[in-house]
Amino acid sequence: MKEKLQNKIDTSDIAGAEVHEFVTLNVGPTHPATHGVFQNVMTMDGEYIVDAKQTIGYIHRAFEKIAERRAYYQILPLTDRLNYCSSPINNMGWHMTVEKLLGIEIPKRVQYMRVIIMELARIADHNVCNSVVGVDTGALTGFTYMFQEREKIYEIFEEICGSRLTTSIGRIGGFERNWGDRAWTKLRAFMKSHPARLKEFEALLTRNRIFLDRTIDVGPISAEQALNYGFTGPNLRAAGVDYDVRVANPYCSYEDFDFIVPVGTHGDTHDRFSVREAEMWESMSIINQAIAKLDAMEDKSTFNADSDEFVLPAKEKVYNNMEALIFHFKQVMGETAVPPGEIYSAVEGANGELGFYVVSDGGRTPYRVHFRRPCFIYYQAYPEMIKGSLLSDAIITMSSMNVIAGELDA
Amino acid sequence: MFALNNEIVSLTSEKLRSKFGEELLSEETIMDMPAYTFKKECIADVLRFLYDDETLKYRFLTDLCGIHYPDNELQFGVIYHLHSMENNQRIRLKVFAALNDINVPTATTVFKGANWMERETFDFYGIVFTGHPNLERILNVADMDYFPMRKEYPLEDGTREDKNDDFFGR
Amino acid sequence: MLLSRKANKKVKLMTSDNKITIVEAPQGESGTGYFATNLDKAIGLARMNSLWPLPFATSCCGIEFMATMSPHYDLARFGMERLSFSPRQADLLMVMGTIAKKMGPILQEVYVQMAEPRWVIAVGACASSGGIFDTYSVLQGIDRVIPVDVYVPGCPPRPEQIINGIIKIQELVHNESGRRRYSPEYKELLAKYGIE
Repeated sequence: MKEKLQNKIDTSDIAGAEVHEFVTLNVGPTHPATHGVFQNVMTMDGEYIVDAKQTIGYIHRAFEKIAERRAYYQILPLTDRLNYCSSPINNMGWHMTVEKLLGIEIPKRVQYMRVIIMELARIADHNVCNSVVGVDTGALTGFTYMFQEREKIYEIFEEICGSRLTTSIGRIGGFERNWGDRAWTKLRAFMKSHPARLKEFEALLTRNRIFLDRTIDVGPISAEQALNYGFTGPNLRAAGVDYDVRVANPYCSYEDFDFIVPVGTHGDTHDRFSVREAEMWESMSIINQAIAKLDAMEDKSTFNADSDEFVLPAKEKVYNNMEALIFHFKQVMGETAVPPGEIYSAVEGANGELGFYVVSDGGRTPYRVHFRRPCFIYYQAYPEMIKGSLLSDAIITMSSMNVIAGELDA
Repeated sequence: MFALNNEIVSLTSEKLRSKFGEELLSEETIMDMPAYTFKKECIADVLRFLYDDETLKYRFLTDLCGIHYPDNELQFGVIYHLHSMENNQRIRLKVFAALNDINVPTATTVFKGANWMERETFDFYGIVFTGHPNLERILNVADMDYFPMRKEYPLEDGTREDKNDDFFGR
Repeated sequence: MLLSRKANKKVKLMTSDNKITIVEAPQGESGTGYFATNLDKAIGLARMNSLWPLPFATSCCGIEFMATMSPHYDLARFGMERLSFSPRQADLLMVMGTIAKKMGPILQEVYVQMAEPRWVIAVGACASSGGIFDTYSVLQGIDRVIPVDVYVPGCPPRPEQIINGIIKIQELVHNESGRRRYSPEYKELLAKYGIE
């Protein structure tokens, strides 16, 4: 990296001041510590950061333009690839948006199943984020243990939808098939074994002197600044604002569940880590409640809403009923149209409020789709959060903010 | 569905009508969200008014995006979604601009978070936000010379020679 | 207490008749105190089992790579314990994830900075051919900017598939001739991409 004299501030009129020489350091798009492709050109005064100029867009895949050319159910694999660490939440968010536009009523059983899937994805994403904060402070062990837990979650997803990471789970109206016995067995086994593993991970870091020194007061942001920038999710809650879409605008029967929303005080890295840790415990409690509620229900076979236009009808009906045959044909050919309208719907993604703004003109593809991506909005505040801090602290701030490149650039 | 706080919604409509009168072009409630269309010149003032008002308190900018209706006279729209956390009410604001007069005042004076969202809208549609501190392309390559989300431009990469357009219905 | 419990357990000693597999030696002439073989084969054997990969992870395939590195699928069994993020010290460039047109020149620069011999594996559909993103902003396959040795399809490929790709790279490394990097065909290949 070429080091050039970029800026000299002449402070000779201030008695006793030194002349500062700034150095430009490129923390480039391919950097092992930036978990994703974003570039920061930092202006540094020795080891302290004065300013950072950000460049993003290295993985811009034009999701919004693609979505204008795809039928509503074909946009599902696109939403996977937004926040790929927790794709089921994106999938469910999309389903709920289209169902809102269509006015489909989802049965309670399906809603509880969706809650389980979303909370599992939230646990998976917070696992990655927290273990990566550990890696960046030097604690590589936590990462290897937590990825083993992620494997168990992958297995559960695989039993339900066939894929590990980019799940495309569920369909508009519910799920593609009922969950098999193996999925339930694996889910219950996971819920039994995970608390002990999470406690092990916490034991490594939560009261570790080195970790506390590295993360307390690093990359702080105040609640007013965070709100002005449009922060949502764990980053906002760490700053002290208790805004959670699941509580403010409940969707998918979240009002039936009893959980707390953990909130921090200073908005620094330690608070973000702790908020995510606490949220993992809350997610497990929600999943246990959902499993209990599903066990208590007599109905064990509904897995989708009764809407022929968007849900493939059962094969017996297709062979015997004219309307079902027509709907089956229309859907497979991609000819089912959505009524005109405009909708904004949001879910609580792992990083914050993931919003979908859909404008439909009555055709088979949307007229405009806009994804309100939380990462994109809160990453703007990064230069302000790292002003005056050391370079290694800036790295930890970025990893604790959980910036996922796919969601940043869409 | 977002619950409609009817008291706040009617208060919002009343205050906007009384303060902005002619510049408020239309108001409607589409599904579960009240939507107000304004003349583009006054949008920064509207946002500042809604932010400062002590009862309404729309102090969170959820989203800012653009839209292109090539068949209308005012082709380009900018859509704002505001959220009042204390009253738990969301509203949508819309402004429209014509192709030859594609300037909209910036919202960065009120919300810092609008910075990148406006850059993205500029990158995709070419809408120029007057007063923006750093209006450059953000997601596409810096030397791109067209605005890709406009309806007249194709999605596909033009350099592929192995895809036969007949098979793909293009 | 604990000690006496452990002393009661049967301990299995490592003796020479335990089944340990080691890599087969290449064909050659051997006698007392010497073993003569083809230099390329010996070097190939050493290289294939100690590749230093450079994970160029951009998106979802990068997370599957992290899962492949993690203990469940363990890429370190194949000698890839040490990841090198510096291109100068890397042998294998693993491109995992979508490469946008903005990222293309950077990818080429990273490739040029790698020292010979170097191999490239394109993991995932996006790196191989643009994947599901046939758009104005995505590079339709990294073989438009750098020469690729092995393509691993999948979206994202399962860790077993990534390991399959790595094994294929290892076969390539094993059987590579020492003169390949100096041959006119290789120079022509690089010239096609504008790399000197």
